[in-house]
Amino acid sequence: MNNFQYSRAQDVADAVRQSAADSSARFIAGGTNLVDLMKYDVERPARLIDISHLPLRAVEETPDGGLRIGALVPNSDLAWHPRVKDRYPLLSSAILAGASTQLRNMASTGGNLLQRTRCLYFYDVATSCNKRKPGTGCSAIGGINRINAILGTSDACIATHPSDMSVALTALDATVHATGPHGARTIPMTDFHRLPGDMPERDTNLGADEIVTAVELPAHGFRSNYTYLKIRDRLSYAFALVSVAVALEIDDGTIRQARLALGGVAHKPWRDPEAEAALIGQPIAQDTFARAAHIILRDAKGYGHNDFKIDLARRSIMRALNQAAQGTPQSQSDKRIA
Amino acid sequence: MADSRAPAASAATDRATSPMQKVSVALLINGARTQLQIAPWTTLLDALRDRLHLTGTKKGCDHGQCGACTVLLNGRPINACLTLAVMHDGVEITTVEGLAHDGSLHPVQQAFIDHDAFQCGYCTSGQICSAVGLIREGRARTRDEIRETMSGNICRCGAYPNIVAAIEEAMKAT
Repeated sequence: MNNFQYSRAQDVADAVRQSAADSSARFIAGGTNLVDLMKYDVERPARLIDISHLPLRAVEETPDGGLRIGALVPNSDLAWHPRVKDRYPLLSSAILAGASTQLRNMASTGGNLLQRTRCLYFYDVATSCNKRKPGTGCSAIGGINRINAILGTSDACIATHPSDMSVALTALDATVHATGPHGARTIPMTDFHRLPGDMPERDTNLGADEIVTAVELPAHGFRSNYTYLKIRDRLSYAFALVSVAVALEIDDGTIRQARLALGGVAHKPWRDPEAEAALIGQPIAQDTFARAAHIILRDAKGYGHNDFKIDLARRSIMRALNQAAQGTPQSQSDKRIA
Repeated sequence: MADSRAPAASAATDRATSPMQKVSVALLINGARTQLQIAPWTTLLDALRDRLHLTGTKKGCDHGQCGACTVLLNGRPINACLTLAVMHDGVEITTVEGLAHDGSLHPVQQAFIDHDAFQCGYCTSGQICSAVGLIREGRARTRDEIRETMSGNICRCGAYPNIVAAIEEAMKAT
C-alpha cells in the first residue's frame, strides 16, 4: 500500500472541508473495501480522512413513519436491528446474504453503497480497465467475463455493482442523504448508482466533495411478502452471480404493489417500472411472473462466459416471486432453495 | 485523479521520498495498553505481529478472504488485515493470546482440542476468535447457523465437521 497522510475528521463539516482541500483524499470508515483496494494499488490516496468516529451511528424513526439509518451504522448492527428485522426484513435478509460476519462487523452503511466493483480486471492493475484508468479499454469484453453484467452495459464497461444491501434499499425506495460544501441533499437510491456509459470511472452520482450521512427508508417495509434470493458459486461468502429482491403487497390474491430488483447483473441495482407494472393488479400466477421476468430481461445481453446469467436470472426471478407471494422468504442460513 | 491511480511501480519511490509520518496510537490488546508510534498504513494485523510480537494471529490471504487474521474488536470478530492500527486508539482488542485465563484454556480452545478441530492449525486462532464471537453474540443455534456465521473462516485442511462440533459443545458449556 502507498504511503499517505492520515487525519481524523472532527465533524461532518470538517470532513467535507478536508476533502475539498485535497482532491486525492479518500474518506475511510469501515475500510474493508478501501484498504483492500489500496493493497492492490487500485486506490492510491495521498490522504485518508478517518470519519469512523463521527456521530453517524443512530437508527432513528422519521416523522412520516420511516427509518433513518446513520451512514456509519455497521452492516451487522443494521441487519440485526429489531426495527429493521421486524419492519424491513428484506433489507435484513439482503445484508446477511452478503460478505462474512467479520466484514459485516466492520463495513458501514455508507461504505457498502460506495464499494467498488469486483470485476477481475478492475482489481488487476496489469490490465486495461476504463473504470480504473479511463480510456485504456475494457479487458472484460472479450476476456473472462463470467461474473460481469448483462443489463445496462456499454462498450466501455461491463462491471457489476457487488452490493446486496443496495439491491434491497433500491427495491424499498430508500433515499441517500449527502452533505457537501453547498449543503445537504437527498438522492433516491434508484438514481444513486450510475450506468457505466462512457464514464465508467464514476460509480455513483455522489459528488467527489460530498459525504453520505444517512440512508432513509420510507414507512412501507413490505414485511409480509418479500424475499432476497442470492445465487452464487458457493453457499456463503461469495458475490452474487444473480440476486433477486422481491417485495409484494397482496390483497385477496391480487398483487397491489410490486418491487422487483436484481443484483449481480448490472452496474447498479436493476429495477424496471414496466416489469413491476406488469405485476400490479394481476393474480398470483406463473404466467404473471413469467411476463414480469420477460420484461425486466428483455434487453439482457451476454458477453460469452456470462450468457448463462440471462436464463439464471429468469429462473431466479420466477423462484423469488413465488417465495415472496407464498410468504416463504429465502433463509440466509438454511440454503436449500424453497 | 489519474495520478492517484498510477501503477504499482512507483510505490518504492514513494517510500524513499515521503517523510515517515508516524502517528501515536494507544492499542489496548488483551487488557494491556501499549503506546506505539506507527506509520498510518500499518494494518492492525501487522502491528500485532511485527510490533507487539503477538504472532498467534495469522496472516493468510491478507485480503479479508480467509479469516486467519480474525481478532475481536469490542468482542466482535473482524479481519485484522483490512483495518488500520491507527484507527483503533483505545479500543478493546482481543487476540487468541488473550482468551486463556489463569492457566486455563478458554472453553472454545478446549473444545477445539477435544474435537480435533484442526489439522495444520494455521486457521485455528482465527476460527477460535470467530467462535468466541459467535457464542458471545448468541444468535447462531443450529448447525446451519453456525456454518453460516463461520463462513468467513476458511480451513483448507477441511476440518469443518469437527470445528462445528467443537463450537456446538462450547455453546453448551458457556
